[in-house]
Amino acid sequence: MRVALFLTCVNDTLYPDTGRAVVKLLTRLGVEVDFPMAQTCCGQAHYNTGYRHEAEPLAEHFADVFRDYEAIVTPSGSCGAMVRELYPRMGERARAQGRGDALAATLAPVVPKTYELTEFLVDVLGVTDVGAYYPHTVTYHPTCHGLRSLGLGERPRRLLQAVRGLELVELPGAEECCGFGGTFALKNPDVSAAMGADKVRNAESTGAEVLCAADNSCLMHIGGTMTRLRTGMRPVHLAEILASTKEEPAV
Amino acid sequence: MSGTFVGMPGFPAFPSAAREAVHDTTLRGNLRHATHTIRAKRAKAVAEVSDWAELREAGKRIKDHTLRHLDHYLVRLEESVTAAGGTVHWAADADEANRIVTGLVRETGESEVVKVKSMATQEIELNEALEAAGIHAYETDLAELIVQLGRDRPSHILVPAIHRNRGEIRDIFAREMGDWGRPAPEGLTDTPAGLAEAARLHLREKFLRAKVGVSGANFMVAETGTLVVVESEGNGRMCLTLPETLISVVGIEKIVPTWRDLEVFLQTLPRSSTAERMNPYTSTWTGTTDADGPRAFHLVLLDNGRTDTLADEVGRQALRCIRCSACLNVCPVYERAGGHAYGSVYPGPIGAILSPQLRGTASEIDASLPYASSLCGACYEVCPVAIDIPEVLVHLRERVVEGGEVTRGGNKVVLRPAKGHAAERAAMRAARWAFTRPGALRTGQRLASRTRRLHPRTLPGPGRAWSGTRDLPPVPAEPFRDWWQRTRGGNDVKGTAG
Ligand code: SF4
Repeated sequence: MRVALFLTCVNDTLYPDTGRAVVKLLTRLGVEVDFPMAQTCCGQAHYNTGYRHEAEPLAEHFADVFRDYEAIVTPSGSCGAMVRELYPRMGERARAQGRGDALAATLAPVVPKTYELTEFLVDVLGVTDVGAYYPHTVTYHPTCHGLRSLGLGERPRRLLQAVRGLELVELPGAEECCGFGGTFALKNPDVSAAMGADKVRNAESTGAEVLCAADNSCLMHIGGTMTRLRTGMRPVHLAEILASTKEEPAV
Repeated sequence: MSGTFVGMPGFPAFPSAAREAVHDTTLRGNLRHATHTIRAKRAKAVAEVSDWAELREAGKRIKDHTLRHLDHYLVRLEESVTAAGGTVHWAADADEANRIVTGLVRETGESEVVKVKSMATQEIELNEALEAAGIHAYETDLAELIVQLGRDRPSHILVPAIHRNRGEIRDIFAREMGDWGRPAPEGLTDTPAGLAEAARLHLREKFLRAKVGVSGANFMVAETGTLVVVESEGNGRMCLTLPETLISVVGIEKIVPTWRDLEVFLQTLPRSSTAERMNPYTSTWTGTTDADGPRAFHLVLLDNGRTDTLADEVGRQALRCIRCSACLNVCPVYERAGGHAYGSVYPGPIGAILSPQLRGTASEIDASLPYASSLCGACYEVCPVAIDIPEVLVHLRERVVEGGEVTRGGNKVVLRPAKGHAAERAAMRAARWAFTRPGALRTGQRLASRTRRLHPRTLPGPGRAWSGTRDLPPVPAEPFRDWWQRTRGGNDVKGTAG
């Protein structure tokens, strides 16, 4: 099987390790990975801040780049949700505004083929044990879009539970938003920081060494709060844990 | 917090109003405790119902159907109310509604009214209008009483005094009750029983004296002209039955076609709001009867921006709201910012989409409300009538930053973008430009990597607020796409060759 990796602009620029981890993991599972170099950004920040017209060319660009792949895999719940949930809405909206079916027709092919990493592993490849080894105590934060827009459910936890050496501890208030919310963190910094601090305190109370999530944007916010609050915890993307083996542990 | 909400020029934008609340540890503690308790209870009460998803869908459909044929059902309601001996008045806005109610009270010759908790009368600031006309309005809902005695503002649609703890309430009662009527008993403690007894004695006097009652309603049944109030304390029932004249002020969207439709909401509302299987008191009243209850009944149907909201295809779903407050109780932003920061009688997620529609987005506070959310989606998940609050928030954000066509006062008008978004708009355009040109994006990434040692861990300009409390991640030596190209897709890396 040959899939396209949609790494998202944040991962590409700030978290290349996550991308390498996805490549390593999928390759180990026998999947051929391609990274279309023309990819950029799904348009989520534009869309959610109210600049929906600015988001449309980005969505069209995304569809152009990824149209011909069998499957598109992304290690970001929120960007995955953007494609799966909001691209169809963009199309409907253009139609409602009398702009015809063109946008909907352009975007439609990529929508059902886009998978968040854990969905791809569990639903498409049918694996929960990916042969990983990660000897640490981990607590899992299900990010809002993964949880509510994509409905990832137990998939990430099942994958983590199958990792050798890993001890999974429950995060109190797990389903509460960490307070990132894209431009929300810029527009409402005080509330956002208060939400982040509560999330970090809850994580700390578990005694885990690592807080794991499947979205680097949330991890950036949580991790930035962790170092500021001087906790000893580390934020780690789920893909990096799943890619880790005894021979090649995650950094 | 006794400042006025409606119209409120100068009420600060949400971020500044919230800042104060975030740093008020007592307030945060009160809110956290209250919302977490009710949140957990609600989840349990909802989980008990096996067909919750169907009930939610049914509620949504009934409301949508009614809103689509609102003109028809309103006429039907007017006929039924009139046939039952009531009088219907139509109010286009707050001023008109206040004028009608003030006139009706004056006609009775009374200068006091008792009130059962009502969002609609808060929305139009009826108490203040009555006061200006020399008429005193007494709130009889316990929480409303606390707010009124504390010269405060409600901060929650169901529990208006949620921001107060028991100690604060005891102090308010002891200090203020005497000025309004029967003083609080000597040595009042902060036990729930003690506080409830003090309120009961204080209110009883008011009920027995009052000749005029003012209420809102949770529902209006078109087929019979019946109004419905659901409540927990029974004080509302006293207000509805003891006075000689009853004036009900109700938003036009509160209508349901038939009694059968009520069945759905009488299940979903209590479970969503107070986590009860059934609310303790459900009062229904239809016009007047000779033997019992008020001799005169007036229904004031309030528009105040609702018809304009109905004209908006995406935003109109906010009118489905049954004011259960479940969205407030799960909202992480409401929990930290408190209700007052929303500058509206409708705080929390529903307030963030309802207020900018009812009032428009011209003021600073109204333009900031659509951004008072991280779009986490918890509000949509709990809403018993499935209002997609995140969708409406994004829709209203677009209205704020890009302007567009809206209906105001029944006329289509084209809004200009709100002030203060020019820099952001430029940044978004620039980002779109770069993101539709992979080469440009790459140049930017390379530049960032090459200068990475120079990057501060805090940001200048608008980013400062973020990095003031969080550290930024360091920029990596090489973006992923460069690694991919250098190693030919990782095939040159040991152990990953496929
Ligand atoms: S929006 Fe939904 S959850 Fe919020 S108060 Fe209204 S009905 Fe309840």
